[in-house]
Amino acid sequence: MSQSHSLEPEQVAHLAELARIALTSQEISKLTGELGIIIESIAKVSEVATSDVPATSHPMPLTNVFRQDIPGKTLTPDEALAGAPDREGDRFKVASILGDEQ
Amino acid sequence: MNSMSNELIQLSAAKLSEKLVKKEVSALEVTKAHLDRIEEVDPAIHAFLHVSTEALKVAGEVDGARRLGAKLNPLAGVPVAIKDVLCTMDMPSTAGSKILEGWVPPYDATVVKRLRDARLVPIGKTNMDEFAMGSSTEHSAYGPTKNPWDLERIPGGSGGGSAAAVAAFEVPLALGSDTGGSIRQPAAVTGTVGMKPTYGGVSRYGAIALASSLDQVGPVARSVLDAAMLHDVIGGHDPKDSTSLNESWSSFTEAAKEGAKADSLKGLKIGVVKELGGEGFQKGVSDRFAAVCELLAATGAEIVEVSAPSFAYAIAAYYLILPAEASSNLAKFDSVRFGLRVNPPGGGTVEQVMSATREAGFGPEVKRRIILGTYALSAGYYDAYYGSAQKVRTLVQRDFQSAFGKADLLISPSAPTTAFKFGEKLEDPLAMYLNDVTTIPANLAGIPGLGLPMGLAEEDGLPTGLQVMAPAKADAKLYSFGATLEVLLKESSGELILQDSPLYPGANNASSANGGVK
Amino acid sequence: MSTNAELMDFEKAIELFEPVLGFEVHVELNTNTKMFSDAPNPASSQAESATQEPNTMITPVCLGLPGSLPVVNEQAVKFSISLGLALGCEIASSSRFARKNYFYPDLAKNYQISQYDEPIAHDGEIEVEIAGGKTFKIEIERAHMEEDAGKLTHVGGSTGRIQGADYSLVDYNRAGVPLVEIVTKIIQGTNENAPEVGKAYVATIREIVLALGISEARMERGNLRCDANVSLSPRGSGKLGTRTETKNVNSLRSVDRAVRYEIQRQAAIIAAGGTIVQETRHWHEDTGTTSPGRPKSDADDYRYFPEPDLLPVEPSASLIQELKNALPEAPAKRRSRLKADWGFSELEFQDVVNAGLLNEIEQTVQAGASPAQSRKWWMGEVSRIANAKSVDPSTLVSPKSVAEIVKLTESGELTDRLARQALEGVIAGEGTPTEVVAKRGLKVVSDDGALIAAIDEALKSQPDVLEKIKSGKIQAAGAIIGDVMKAMQGKADAARVRELILERATG
Repeated sequence: MSQSHSLEPEQVAHLAELARIALTSQEISKLTGELGIIIESIAKVSEVATSDVPATSHPMPLTNVFRQDIPGKTLTPDEALAGAPDREGDRFKVASILGDEQ
Repeated sequence: MNSMSNELIQLSAAKLSEKLVKKEVSALEVTKAHLDRIEEVDPAIHAFLHVSTEALKVAGEVDGARRLGAKLNPLAGVPVAIKDVLCTMDMPSTAGSKILEGWVPPYDATVVKRLRDARLVPIGKTNMDEFAMGSSTEHSAYGPTKNPWDLERIPGGSGGGSAAAVAAFEVPLALGSDTGGSIRQPAAVTGTVGMKPTYGGVSRYGAIALASSLDQVGPVARSVLDAAMLHDVIGGHDPKDSTSLNESWSSFTEAAKEGAKADSLKGLKIGVVKELGGEGFQKGVSDRFAAVCELLAATGAEIVEVSAPSFAYAIAAYYLILPAEASSNLAKFDSVRFGLRVNPPGGGTVEQVMSATREAGFGPEVKRRIILGTYALSAGYYDAYYGSAQKVRTLVQRDFQSAFGKADLLISPSAPTTAFKFGEKLEDPLAMYLNDVTTIPANLAGIPGLGLPMGLAEEDGLPTGLQVMAPAKADAKLYSFGATLEVLLKESSGELILQDSPLYPGANNASSANGGVK
Repeated sequence: MSTNAELMDFEKAIELFEPVLGFEVHVELNTNTKMFSDAPNPASSQAESATQEPNTMITPVCLGLPGSLPVVNEQAVKFSISLGLALGCEIASSSRFARKNYFYPDLAKNYQISQYDEPIAHDGEIEVEIAGGKTFKIEIERAHMEEDAGKLTHVGGSTGRIQGADYSLVDYNRAGVPLVEIVTKIIQGTNENAPEVGKAYVATIREIVLALGISEARMERGNLRCDANVSLSPRGSGKLGTRTETKNVNSLRSVDRAVRYEIQRQAAIIAAGGTIVQETRHWHEDTGTTSPGRPKSDADDYRYFPEPDLLPVEPSASLIQELKNALPEAPAKRRSRLKADWGFSELEFQDVVNAGLLNEIEQTVQAGASPAQSRKWWMGEVSRIANAKSVDPSTLVSPKSVAEIVKLTESGELTDRLARQALEGVIAGEGTPTEVVAKRGLKVVSDDGALIAAIDEALKSQPDVLEKIKSGKIQAAGAIIGDVMKAMQGKADAARVRELILERATG
């Protein structure tokens, strides 16, 4: 593969946005360097990953693992909300939302 | 600490079990002795993030049940420590992260529930690298755990807390989790035993996920038999985990007991994986490994060399699959339903609150891996990185398949070096990652791996570990072989190597624990 | 706001442009439990009466608590396969779940378990019919399984909408409800029928899922939700235009209106030399307009990857065959059967289909009402009120209630006028028709004595009427009937009053 694996700070900033982490500019520049080196070394997977090799996503090849459609025990609202940083009544409370639903 | 307490904390879980069954000792006494030990040495070791306030009560109840003649599990009344990655309803479960500080889950992990059902006594939660990302516990948000052998050295990771707690005789048994070596590598550097079961052999329900397709919960102990007994308690099918194997497993305890009786390894073919040794391995580790091979051969085993060429790509594949899955698994830490919330100055939208919380709540290694994983999955890179890594996984499985065609079991050192010093690899993530070279292939392939002590390295007097791997679902073979080898090593060295540990209870130097050993 | 945007006349727009459509319909399955958790399903048929207080129908899995894991509901898989088969799709011999990663507070794990490159069903086709009997083939690209998100309530601000809210509240009861998302291929050649085809398509999907019994399919509750993609291709250009995706068009009539609106809006922009922005748009039921939402951008990098916590779904050929054998008849076949059974004229039947009331009328008939009366009530009074309220008729009243009203009129217990009042009461939530009749005192006065007294009273002021009737002018009775009905506040059976007057005159 001829693609370069170097990473630009703008790319790291974009990834941080996707990952919802408000990285500082120092963190971005540090990570840009570190990740560049890591990516350089892990990119070699594509050397042996030829098209005739199937992908393995699960170590044990199971299929059709299902559950019967029978209701079980639920949490009470208090159990559900006990760890919540903020609540109003029996709902979780969050700051106003900027973006639309997806 | 009195001599009875000293005696109790030195005992294996199996021995404690015998004494408890015969009512020579009560669960309360056993638990009290271990709580005292924790109080004595843990300020120096820092293996525990939380010590249970319920342990004595639970122990008392076990004694009560036993007095009434209830039929109890052999391990009933034996204290056990639980890695903080596992959900416990009665203790905070933080996975070593600030983002979950103080979080008490409304449910127990399946393995924890099984401990309670078998009436073991949960004694506390053990320290770990944040979200199990690390090989040293230096990435714990709550400070590192010290290696009982040398307080200036790492206890391994991510399960350094469980390994150190067992090594320092704070508890006879502990649970760990192993994604790329987090049970086996700490076992190696602390001179303890740890088992990563076959993927799907132990439920992951309630184990805070790092990389779902690699994670496996397993036992940590000071002997192979103890590990087997604990595995019997926690293992088996769980309908709450889709990846759990619906198998009936034979008794691992019996396998270990049988193994301990064997006096010959005749007919057993042991494969030495060429790629898991040699360059980059500390001399003392390689020497001990060579000595073990000789010992095995002398006992009748046939040692064969096997090659696994794709292992050269295993670390690279692992450091793509793990961050990719982790970046998604850790998205739930968003300040809405549980855990930390950090409001940016002046408030802000929920998007900004989430970003500020994750910035403040995650440590540098977690952020590094989330960003790396986000990159590996993002549009335009998926095929080259994540997709290719999944193919390497196939190749690693094929290599194992061919190796197991030539040998019954495979062996290698568990870790390339003995315990390194704090800070040595902290600023070099790549060097830290290379530490897992020996353990990662088993996780990629889903096969079981047992780590057990193989003596001290000559140059530094620190423990070294042997890793034994078996085909998927052949966990019992590992316990059987491990127990045999344990006896052989004991006979060759004359004593359990932990007795050389400076923190060995009652040893002359034990009192120096608080002041820094060595 | 774009509510003031210029619109091109619809006919003109169709003359200049060919509309190209595409639909994504989400169907909430009515299984007992959720897609990946054994929490009770608020979209199940049983859940209707159950308490739905916030955060009462959840488990650690629904909340995405650390350590929790999904397990697939077998019934939901079977329902999805049945739906795929009913859509004429091929069922994948191996399909997989994938994670769609994005952050949103209603999405507990901040990823949705969905399907990506290996959906359970793909490549189907259904036929839809619009008024006048014209049919269109709609090709289905795929139908895949996924989970619903929780519900947000926006607090503060003036509109109750997301913009300008002070904060939001989250209820995760809906999180994890099983969904099937049905995606069409692009739909061309509909021309001036585009809005009707859209509506007929969604109505047909609704018919199918109701016939299968796999969803409650109540659009007003979000059991069935439609996103409409519209683009315009300048005639003769052979080029596809930029599309917009109008979200949450949640009634049949709105599908028609939203497609029509987007065609008119886009046509005006292109004709004025502007360009269409690729974006999602919000549908506003009240104004019948759409407004811009989120632009499609790089941020839509969902980082799909195979869900490592779940395993491939590989339905056996025998299971697929079994589900195929159990399929209800195809919509076209069913329609021709119903038309024959009910004895409706072509026009009457088409009107029913076009109004999307086939199921309602069928259920009303099943509940014991005559087909003609069922049609009369649904297409008449219920539709009239629905129109006035800008909602779908099916949302107002259940087929069971309509059947009850029909039976009350047929037995003579209610007059038409009283029955309309009873319907009003039912729609206002006063109870079942029988309860409304009791509460409002709508019973027909069947006491002949009271009626005779009222007739006597009326005859006093028009004494000549009896003579007229005797001389053969029977229609003269009408004046008295009117007076009696007025006196009885409409609670009299006009036919009986007439009989009594005639008896009087001849007796």
